[in-house]
Amino acid sequence: MDLIGIQIIQVLSGIATLALMGAGLAVIFGMMRVINFAHGEFMMLGGYVVIVCTEQFGINLWIAMLIIAPIFVGLVGLVFERILIRFLYGRMIDTLIATWGLSLFLIGVVTWIFGNVTRGVQTPLGAYSFGDYSEKVYTLVMIAFTVVIYLAIFIVLRRTKLGLIARGTMQNPNQASCLGVSPPRVYMVTFAVGAALTGLAGAILAPLNTVIPTIGVSYVAQAFITVITGGAAAFTGTVLASGVFGTVRQVISFEWTPILGQVFLLITAVILLRIFPTGITGRFFRRST
Amino acid sequence: MTDLMTSFRRFDSSRHGTWVVAGVMVVLLFILPVLDDPLLLLQVRYYISMIILALSMAFIWGFGGIMCFGQSMFFGLGGYAYAIAVGNFGESTAPFFLAMIVPALFAAFLGYFMFFGRLNDVYVAVITLAVTLALYYFINSTSGDEYTIGKARLMGFNGISSIRKFNWPGDSTALLSANHLFYFAMGLLIATYVGLKLLLGSTFGRVVVAVKENELRAELLGYDVRLYKLAVFVIGAAIAGLAGCLSINYKNFISPNAFHLSLAAQIIMWVLVGGVGTLLGPIIGCVVLLYVSFILGTGASGGGLNTYLIFGLIVMIFVLVIPQGIVPTLRDWREQGGRYRRMTAGAVLSMAEQLPASSRAPVRAFGERMLGLAPPSGHSGNKG
Repeated sequence: MDLIGIQIIQVLSGIATLALMGAGLAVIFGMMRVINFAHGEFMMLGGYVVIVCTEQFGINLWIAMLIIAPIFVGLVGLVFERILIRFLYGRMIDTLIATWGLSLFLIGVVTWIFGNVTRGVQTPLGAYSFGDYSEKVYTLVMIAFTVVIYLAIFIVLRRTKLGLIARGTMQNPNQASCLGVSPPRVYMVTFAVGAALTGLAGAILAPLNTVIPTIGVSYVAQAFITVITGGAAAFTGTVLASGVFGTVRQVISFEWTPILGQVFLLITAVILLRIFPTGITGRFFRRST
Repeated sequence: MTDLMTSFRRFDSSRHGTWVVAGVMVVLLFILPVLDDPLLLLQVRYYISMIILALSMAFIWGFGGIMCFGQSMFFGLGGYAYAIAVGNFGESTAPFFLAMIVPALFAAFLGYFMFFGRLNDVYVAVITLAVTLALYYFINSTSGDEYTIGKARLMGFNGISSIRKFNWPGDSTALLSANHLFYFAMGLLIATYVGLKLLLGSTFGRVVVAVKENELRAELLGYDVRLYKLAVFVIGAAIAGLAGCLSINYKNFISPNAFHLSLAAQIIMWVLVGGVGTLLGPIIGCVVLLYVSFILGTGASGGGLNTYLIFGLIVMIFVLVIPQGIVPTLRDWREQGGRYRRMTAGAVLSMAEQLPASSRAPVRAFGERMLGLAPPSGHSGNKG
């Protein structure tokens, strides 16, 4: 009984991790169709913000994580949208290569400043015991954060004027522009919001993982796989795909090794994309967000 | 047979560049060993294996339009296939071919899912990236004794060391000397370059480029786009495997780093900087950037001049400012020069008509000479 309980929690945390990783990308890639290969590096920046704020400036962990990290990474995203991305809208492969150059550049900058060493954030809140097993309380907090973040995204996109403008501009920039919206500005803000979400995800995951300049690589592939498999309705799709992949990965990891868990995640993705080339929501739930 | 003839004619008529490049390679083939500098030969062999890798990417991306973000996986697979096979057989002829066959089969398997699923370019990029990562993690985790194929252990993150070099076919005791290894590598490079050129000139190559230019149009003309893309992907994988096997013969060692993304990233950069859609460009890009990274050293070297930073800047600047790459840009300049010259010559000729008869002849002769200098108009040969 305890074993099943702990496994359920681990599966949930696996799903939440993937969903968190995918949230920012669902905005930038899912909605805007901008391939952001610097996604992992935005997450890495989020992690470093937490480390610098807590260790250098002694700022409270939660403030650093939930407020400073998203603002900082959002600003970084804003800057690079202005000097790099905005020239490349509509040129998918060029965007892919340019953002990948950006990712190398960011790794270079962070390595330059902090050195190529592994840093860690102490996991707050300690552990609780679940029958014979013990689990970090923070895992539950992370799951809760993920749920809140996704609820907020859905509410903003479906229930506010801001969300309506964003969705409308992504669907048809010309029409939106006729209605008095400035598409370049909407793109700029949306990209910054996506970057901020990514930084937030990186910050939230920092206490569970180590932080190293090259950590982004291990995030970016999973995030892309999740969002792509999700398909047209970016957020619903990302949640569904996270559900599938998180379950597969945790179960395989539990039975065999975490490495095989990763490998099976990818195999599942390749097979799923063979069956649904347009992603899960390309076939089901087409009308959701 | 006629196809080969046409292919050769196109090869011949594709500007003089192809002959020059192949000629330079042949000259190097004969000159370098004469210099009697073993260290130089060793260095050149390393560059050759990387150039072949660059050519594989130039082919699948520049001509096949497949954005493979993990060309290094075929490089690594080729290397591992050779290392494991030679460890088992104690002889290098079959392993040499296995180094191309194994990556080709893997590419066929992966390509089936991607191209027959009709995934678009971006998805292909992400999936190849993910599979490369998975292979990297997997090979890294195989240090245990249970990961043994025949007599060869996979050794995980330690890598396989002291791998046998090439021997003469059939005679496992006669290892190739340093000079012979160089001749073999250089010969393979020339064969790869000329072979790719001939392939691109053939009907198959023309269809491949047509698919890249406009997939729908090629499909409506009755070509099975999926099959052509798969074929390009498989050929590219085999060439990358060949490069992997040659690189092992340079350092007698292979580790999971052969699969690492930093290598995959460099390959893309070579092609991007040199010029997508050419074969010469990626060769130049490969040599130049390898030299740059050699100078910069690896990782953080203090002073902030680390490879990541510089390469990131190079990539961003090239995409924004010179998205075509060096070689096509230079070629455009040359052709533009020709166009301006033709325009000027036309102006001179029409001016000659206005002049009095006595002074008309020299001006007209001048204009005609200018026209003669310009390359023939309406030229649209294939890219070199």
